[in-house]
Amino acid sequence: MIPASFDYVVPRTLQEAVAELVQHGQEAKVLAGGHSLIPLMKLRLSTPSFLVDIGRIENLNYIREDDGHIVIGALTTHHDIELSELLKQKLPLLTSAASQIGDPQVRNRGTIGGASAHADPNGDFPACLLALDAEFTVVGPKGERSIAAKDFFVDTFTSSLEPNEILREIRIATPPPGSRGTYLKFSRRSQDWAIVAVAAQVRVTGHEVTQVAVGLTGMGSRPLRASGVEQALRGKAGHDDELRQAAERAAEGTDPPQDLNGSPDYRHHLARVLTRRALEQVTAHH
Amino acid sequence: MAVSQLIGASIKRREDPELVTGSGDFVDDRSQTALAYLYVVRSTQAHARIDAIETSRAKEASGVLAIWTGKDLMSEFQSPLPVTTSFVPEKKYPNHYPIASDRVRYVGEPVAVVVASSKAAAEDAAERLDIRYQPLPPVLDIEAALKKDAPVLHDDIGSNIAYDVKRTGGDIEAAFRDADVRIKQRIIQQRLIPVAVEGRGVVADYKKFAKTLTVTSSTQIPHFVKIWLGVILGIPESNVRVIAPDVGGGFGSKIRVYPEEILVALASRRLDRPVKWTEDRNENMKATHHGRSQIWDVEIAAKRDGRLLGVRATQYLDLGGYCSQFGTFQAIALLIAQGPYKLPAFDGRGVGVYTNRTPTDAYRGAGRPEATHLIERVMDLVAQEIGMDPVEVRRKNFIAPSEQPFTNLLGLTYDSGDYRITLDKVLELVDYPKFRKEQAEARKRGKYLGIGFCTYLEICGLGPSVATTAAAGIGFWGMSVVNLHFTGKATVIIGSSPHGQGHETTFAQIVANELGLPLEDIDVVHGDTAIGPMGMDTYGSRSASVDGTAVYLSSVKVREKARKIAAHLLEAAEADIVYEDGKAFVKGTPSKAVTIQEITGAAFQPHRLPPDMEGGMEATTFFNPPNFVWPFGAHVAVVEIDGETGATRVVRYVAVDDCGTRINPMVVDGQLHGGIAQGIGQALFEEALYDETGQLRTGTLVDYMIPTAPDLPSFETAATVTPSPTNPLGVKGIGEAGTIASSVAVINAIVDALSPFGVKDVDMPATPEKIWHLMNRNGGTKR
Repeated sequence: MIPASFDYVVPRTLQEAVAELVQHGQEAKVLAGGHSLIPLMKLRLSTPSFLVDIGRIENLNYIREDDGHIVIGALTTHHDIELSELLKQKLPLLTSAASQIGDPQVRNRGTIGGASAHADPNGDFPACLLALDAEFTVVGPKGERSIAAKDFFVDTFTSSLEPNEILREIRIATPPPGSRGTYLKFSRRSQDWAIVAVAAQVRVTGHEVTQVAVGLTGMGSRPLRASGVEQALRGKAGHDDELRQAAERAAEGTDPPQDLNGSPDYRHHLARVLTRRALEQVTAHH
Repeated sequence: MAVSQLIGASIKRREDPELVTGSGDFVDDRSQTALAYLYVVRSTQAHARIDAIETSRAKEASGVLAIWTGKDLMSEFQSPLPVTTSFVPEKKYPNHYPIASDRVRYVGEPVAVVVASSKAAAEDAAERLDIRYQPLPPVLDIEAALKKDAPVLHDDIGSNIAYDVKRTGGDIEAAFRDADVRIKQRIIQQRLIPVAVEGRGVVADYKKFAKTLTVTSSTQIPHFVKIWLGVILGIPESNVRVIAPDVGGGFGSKIRVYPEEILVALASRRLDRPVKWTEDRNENMKATHHGRSQIWDVEIAAKRDGRLLGVRATQYLDLGGYCSQFGTFQAIALLIAQGPYKLPAFDGRGVGVYTNRTPTDAYRGAGRPEATHLIERVMDLVAQEIGMDPVEVRRKNFIAPSEQPFTNLLGLTYDSGDYRITLDKVLELVDYPKFRKEQAEARKRGKYLGIGFCTYLEICGLGPSVATTAAAGIGFWGMSVVNLHFTGKATVIIGSSPHGQGHETTFAQIVANELGLPLEDIDVVHGDTAIGPMGMDTYGSRSASVDGTAVYLSSVKVREKARKIAAHLLEAAEADIVYEDGKAFVKGTPSKAVTIQEITGAAFQPHRLPPDMEGGMEATTFFNPPNFVWPFGAHVAVVEIDGETGATRVVRYVAVDDCGTRINPMVVDGQLHGGIAQGIGQALFEEALYDETGQLRTGTLVDYMIPTAPDLPSFETAATVTPSPTNPLGVKGIGEAGTIASSVAVINAIVDALSPFGVKDVDMPATPEKIWHLMNRNGGTKR
């Protein structure tokens, strides 16, 4: 279908964009890459009367290291993340996830900020950012504030962004040496949303797993941390049987949906299998 | 000679009303009247009475030209939509009009049309319609439709059963009496959505004074659409022109006369301006017909040595809310379920039912994938039961070449084929013994490899006029005109209407081959009934063997005329003329040749022709084939299953097809690649699902999973060539073979892979979760 009619504005600065949001209130929606919002509008499932296209605001597309943090601008595309040398070195979890999102067209248009603010429980970045304890810097009428990932993703398609706030930047503490990460995604076709996916970030120091974080995609109405797995593995040597036992706890406390792609039972099972495989991958050769 | 009374009568000039009212169509009038856009408002209910449709608020919306409901339009229809009387002649079907007026029977059925100055305005106005339904209990699947107390869709039919027919041959009682093994199996042919890359679309332009209607439609069947537009709207067939321009795929989904073709034409006639409608993907998913949607109950009788004795099979076919034009074609499966095998007895029953879902009709293969799936599962079920290699079971049962032409149990006669040759070749290509070793090794490592065979036989080439009249109620044939212009360039008009098959290339090759014309001098024209008024269009892998033969025969006629003219020009006897590479010369003196271009030039200058010859270089052929054509082949799928997750990949796919003479092997490969992908789609990914209220749950391409390139292996194709004796080109058909063979090859491979778990069959689509359940249902061998 053709979207319902709407007005459209292209602000040049974040401040202008926020002012537009303030002025138009609930009627307004922020448009970034458009890969989630536009399909919804074409189905007339979403009928905002005002679109604030932030796509031409300068200096929102960057990946850099700054004072012990990797910082990523909200308009950075999946493609730029996939190919970033800095991220390949320091945050391979993100490059691994980016490379599995949609197809090249989607990755060229879609942005990490848009994907985060959209808060799709089957999206790939939210579980990664949750596992990485990312901080979301958001701009609103009263200035900037920072939201921790665990507080950012609230529910299906719901983040803790206020309607008049815009995500500006994502900050992740640079993982210390010896850290490794990977994203394992299970879907029926290569370009689909995940049925279940696992984001694993692990640091092995000497013969000890000193840091472990596991994020889950598709296991509830928002991305989840598999804290049982983390608890079970932290401080262990990372032997195969330890990984296996830890991974068995991957589905604890999750409440995955029953939908066309799978039953809760199957998703529980997938979470365990994928977690074990992800852990095996990031602890191999230690 | 009697002189007609009309000759000599002063009849009023029909040209005048248009001219005297200033409505003529002179050069300077050629600025197209602005298109109006039509939007079809569709039922949101699976089964309901329409209580009221309130249009006044929508009519006030900006840009709206007209809004009509079914009640407003019903008096305009002089006939319901067509339903072929054939394939299952003894069926009950309701009058189905292009738009519902008092009751809806599937989600997506048209209930109103909005015409506006833009597409957006039409869609905006449509949202302001207030439609009040009184819901009726929906019938959601075949089994529900058959229940005694099921709600009845069509009161005048009195039940949901459209037909219940037998198709039998041989002594089935004896077969089961003599059997060593008896196997029962239910096979589900899930409901599929054809998903052509281009959806449907119609532009209609009715001219008031001339009373002519021009309809441009994304259709496979412009000639049928022309006839039925005339019948339904009461316009003489000669005043209707239908154009199928570039058509972005069909797969059978554009094989019928659709409600929208009638509605858009009607809107143009009522508004006296051109009107356009194009469906979006959401409409395409629910309003364009679906395919398959069948349940098969099968009983097999066989000997322990692998010989098949008999098959009992009931095909339950879900027709959807109405009987579509070729909705019952799929029952042809019962006539050909025997496949390439010697089967002593077949006891077939076909039951067609109505459900509150989108109507079904032909989808690539149409009846033949279902028949092939049946008999090829039968082969593997027998093999598994008696512990014999599935290849051996097939060999034991193949019809021998010495038995050709072979008449099957239902009276159809196969034209040719040694079915062993494609199987031999495919076995060599896959290195079967090596695979079995790898399979055993992989199992030790928790990897489940499987190999699946399909040795199919297919009926193509509709068709012999007598046979198709008996089965289809109408005699089919092929048609061509080969017409050389003054300078020796050719226009070739064909009766088929391609939508991706490459006829412009392959049919030009046929003409070039016979006449020696350069390929670029041959223009193949199709899909415009003003240029080629008669044709039987494109479906069922018929075009090469039927219209292609007609093209060949017209080319031969033109060549023979060219030889006669050459003889006259060269002052030689016709018998001494040699025609080669576009030149004619007297035997032995090729240096004194006349070219086809020179000969054609002479053909348009009567003084240069033999005295008794008419001018022109044109030939028309209506070709009635003596039989169907029967391509065959052997396909092998190799799958790898993740023992933990059930994820299944087709890692190798090898196809050896015998479609007779290959006019263009690259085009043949293209047809195979697309077809195999679609068959794998059915095996692994695709299924149209409805919820408990009859809403389509898989209404987008996110939920309805067609396979994409990374989900498929690189296909390996090879050929054997057994020319068909049915036509002089020796061609058979290849448009559907890939689909017919591949879904069952993949399912057989999955069952083979899962044999350590005692699995005997897998429902399609074989999703990872289904396979995970199969591996774990008896405790499995969980790692």
